[in-house]
Amino acid sequence: MENNKVNTQIDITKEICPMTFVKTKLKLETMSSGQVLEVTLREGEPLINVPRSVEQEGHKVLDIHREEGDVFKVLIKCR
Amino acid sequence: MQLTEEQIYRYSRHILLPQVGGVGQEKLLRAKVFCVGIGGLGSPVALYLAAAGLGTIGIADSDQVDISNLQRQVLHYTDDIGKPKTHSAREKLEKLNPDVDVIIYEDLITKDNIREIVREYDIVIDGTDNFPTRYLVNDACFFEKKTLVSGAIFQFEGQVSVFKTHGGGACYRCLYPEIPPEGLIPTCEEAGILGAVAGTVGTMQAVEALKEILQIGDPLVDKLLTMNALNMSFNTVKITKDPDCNLCGEKPAIRDVEECKEPDCDYEEKPIS
Repeated sequence: MENNKVNTQIDITKEICPMTFVKTKLKLETMSSGQVLEVTLREGEPLINVPRSVEQEGHKVLDIHREEGDVFKVLIKCR
Repeated sequence: MQLTEEQIYRYSRHILLPQVGGVGQEKLLRAKVFCVGIGGLGSPVALYLAAAGLGTIGIADSDQVDISNLQRQVLHYTDDIGKPKTHSAREKLEKLNPDVDVIIYEDLITKDNIREIVREYDIVIDGTDNFPTRYLVNDACFFEKKTLVSGAIFQFEGQVSVFKTHGGGACYRCLYPEIPPEGLIPTCEEAGILGAVAGTVGTMQAVEALKEILQIGDPLVDKLLTMNALNMSFNTVKITKDPDCNLCGEKPAIRDVEECKEPDCDYEEKPIS
């Protein structure tokens, strides 16, 4: 899991639902199949909902890990 | 095309839809729809299309706002009485969404101008209230190979259909080959309409137009949806392409757009003074 090469990053720590997912989804739309997006988000609602919504649209969540405090990084492989 | 930060927020509820997304929203922002008539049907159609971020909305209507319109034509307000409907409509649509380019046609739509107007658009919405104009719009869409989203209302009833002859589908003349004889067309005393029924049918036309632009779902092509608001029943029947259709059949008699007449009921549109 640690070997995933990140192609693009997005920080949605300042966004609130549903813009957290909207921004993530728009970023994924610009990527090619198989590329990896690193999303920086906050614990709580974004951490619960964004990975779930991303998977519902057919992308794959590769890894979720705590960066520091309540900030997490989620790795998503574009469908 | 790159959505601006403001557009991302404005259209976020579209972007969330798996069938739309940013890609679909960009399609809407590039699309061009022409609304013939901006009254009971055209008002809700244009409002929802403008809200949806339709790039270009053309509106044609040669009437002025009358007090008797306001019961159902929701784009026009009391202050607009006497103004051309196109001006009243453009004002509201531009206020609702500055992303939309509103183009107005104040002149009467005739056989001499309809084809060149229709040519500029992707989809045509029929929101007219008489058979001659419906045939004119249908024929222009046939010759210019444009998708026609048709709607009609009467009292508590409504119908919606999509005609796509350029995709091999039936046309309006396959469904109604000729103007019904006098006596079968409702006179203006019979032509009451519950305002909200116009809103229901117009809104369904807007949905069909959006689906067509986004290329999602199953369109009402070769299908006629009918509704009766009194018992809130909806029914869909199949429309068969008529091989003997005068317009799109195997031996067409109609070679270009033409105008036909129906009996006038000329006190209908006189303003109440």
